[in-house]
Amino acid sequence: MNIMIVGVGGQGTLLASRIVGAAALRAGQQVKLSEVHGMSQRGGSVVTYVKYGERVDSPVIEKGEADIIIAFEELEAYRNLPYLKKDGVLIINTQKTNPMPVITGAMTYPVHIPETIQEKGIKVILCDALELAKKAGSIKTVNVALIGVMAKNSSLSKDIWEGALTDAVPPKFLAMNQQAFTLGYQS
Amino acid sequence: MMKKLMLGNEAIARGAYEAGVHVVSSYPGTPSTEITEFIAKYDEIYAEWAPNEKVAVEVASGAAIAGGRALSAMKHVGVNVAADPLFTMSYIGVNGGLVLCVADDPGMHSSQNEQDSRNYAVAAKVPMLEPADSQECCDFVKQAFEISEAYDTPVMVRLTTRVAHSQSEVILSPRAEIPVKAYEKNAAKNVMVPANARPKHVVVEERMNALSEAGNTSSLNRVELQDTKIGIITAGIAYQYAREAFPDASFLKLGMIHPLPKKLIADFVSKVDVCYVIEELDPVLERQIKAMSLSVRGKELLTEIGEYSASLLREKLADMQSKPVYEVEETIPVRPPVMCPGCSHRGVFYVLNKLKLAVSGDIGCYSLGYAKPLDSMDSIICMGASISGLHGMEKAQGRKFAEKSVAVLGDSTFLHSGVTGLMNMVYNKSTSTVIILDNSITGMTGHQDNPATGFTVKGETTRQVDLKQLCHGVGVDLVTVADPFDIDNFEKVVKMHLAAEEPSVIIAQRPCALLKKAGYTGCCTITDACKNCKMCMKLGCPAISMTDQGPVIDETLCNGCGLCEHVCKFGAIVQKKS
Repeated sequence: MNIMIVGVGGQGTLLASRIVGAAALRAGQQVKLSEVHGMSQRGGSVVTYVKYGERVDSPVIEKGEADIIIAFEELEAYRNLPYLKKDGVLIINTQKTNPMPVITGAMTYPVHIPETIQEKGIKVILCDALELAKKAGSIKTVNVALIGVMAKNSSLSKDIWEGALTDAVPPKFLAMNQQAFTLGYQS
Repeated sequence: MMKKLMLGNEAIARGAYEAGVHVVSSYPGTPSTEITEFIAKYDEIYAEWAPNEKVAVEVASGAAIAGGRALSAMKHVGVNVAADPLFTMSYIGVNGGLVLCVADDPGMHSSQNEQDSRNYAVAAKVPMLEPADSQECCDFVKQAFEISEAYDTPVMVRLTTRVAHSQSEVILSPRAEIPVKAYEKNAAKNVMVPANARPKHVVVEERMNALSEAGNTSSLNRVELQDTKIGIITAGIAYQYAREAFPDASFLKLGMIHPLPKKLIADFVSKVDVCYVIEELDPVLERQIKAMSLSVRGKELLTEIGEYSASLLREKLADMQSKPVYEVEETIPVRPPVMCPGCSHRGVFYVLNKLKLAVSGDIGCYSLGYAKPLDSMDSIICMGASISGLHGMEKAQGRKFAEKSVAVLGDSTFLHSGVTGLMNMVYNKSTSTVIILDNSITGMTGHQDNPATGFTVKGETTRQVDLKQLCHGVGVDLVTVADPFDIDNFEKVVKMHLAAEEPSVIIAQRPCALLKKAGYTGCCTITDACKNCKMCMKLGCPAISMTDQGPVIDETLCNGCGLCEHVCKFGAIVQKKS
């Protein structure tokens, strides 16, 4: 199983990937995660990979290999489309963050991204995770709300996901994140 | 049996803990930083951030000479700084074990060059191990200490980004209780004057021969004999890519990549029809194997640039092309990293851009000041080079140039290797201006403390280096502390310093926006008073975008720092009460 989590540096993709990793470990699978730290975290495009199965060699997911892509931002969903496998699922948070070329006016933000992707016959799940996160009490829980959406569409049980949350989320923020997860799961 | 999903760097830290390490001294640098951060969590290990990698390796060397097990971690370019003690510690050897962990960055995710630190192991004549996953990170560090003490040598452990920053399972073992050995005065071993160093060089060569021999039977090097049509000699992350691309091939997976196990390699090559050497970056293994008169193929098929992948290997070695199923048919905007909303550096670069100054830059978050619209960094070489580089510019171009140029570097970078350049400016009669961007933290690598923050890596309070006093101490008379968000005043200060015919320092003081003590709350908003003059757009703040209706502020990104409020001439930007 190959899962990619893509977004903008600072959106919490690292924690999200660690929750997925913890879930796969609980399911008794071999797991590898590959993360990005450092400069790209400063508002740049970020990608993390989670791979699990009986045997995993390379920690990196390549073009055409992702079963699921969770995109925290529309443009990042679009950018990473070539990584999706045939019949793969794309979960898109309907949030737009302008990159610097758009801010400076050098380029425009592509319009109708979800529609363009859907027209290719791809299974797309749209979610306003920011709204769910606000309901959960903090916009910082956007990441966990999206994990809730993914969990609903995964083959792992809800128990495993709830256990994974306690594995990966610091206790101080657990209750709020459990709320965000539930809202995502029910959406 | 306790298993845990661990980052490669966390597993290195675990290995150090289990190896009974006593002393760790490091300088942060992506992708190596978390090694020392995780080590600092173990109460049993003394850990510290040193001001730079040279100091760190010297601290670790001293600890090893004194009988403790010691480790130092750094990124690849850090080894350049630490190379001086490394090359001589190779001659001195150890008492307690000494291990250097170095993290290379193929693909330059967060680095200024793509150097291959394996060349250092060859040049310094020290053994080097290279793990391929987190379990090996943990195991190899423990074995590195065994080798270090058995062969009286420092040992390097090399990581690359995809090992350091990937997570996989690690089986945890308890800590070995290794007592600190007795300290013994031994000039022939520890005093490297020519008379002592000459016989030691002989010892070093003998040691490397012995290690090469031992590698033939070491469990670090593993033969996986399968289909013998294709044989692959590889190590580290390249093993993972090759294993995924060619699951049925035969492998010689090297754990000790220097010195090479010659008999084992010759034996493996003789058993397979075609043998490939697969390694990212330089042909370090391939060159040595070809020098053994063995027929292998490598860089004539594979690049020396960037990261490898399973699909790249399939394409280059087996001519198997893979095509994505879905394509993006239009050109979409890239998303480069940017200074955060509220970044304390933004005010500085706004002023430098406005004054059209030449800027000698440095390594840190503020490197992002090179990008449009701030567009205010003319050169970046390495840690500390902003100051010494600016001095050279003045000496080449003359005093007039010093009136329109500055050096900028962060507090941590200044203490790393900027202060020596400042001494040189004073000593050699510079009239240039240095701006220290003091954001109270080592920012880019994710908030590490440094000698100016008042805290140790363990979070204990300590004496703070006073940057202003330090500058005065080396002979800079004109030192001004200024808030870069008080833009009008900051501009005046810069002009005053440029006009002064003496070396001078401006300390631009404001905490990193991501620190709690920055104290930003709420967000800003743009009112109807906006005249669409676009002054706020010159800040390059990711929270402010231009729309057909004029500029708007994204409330999910804005942290209410208020810098845009300062630059708006019409009072159209106001703090929104939450």
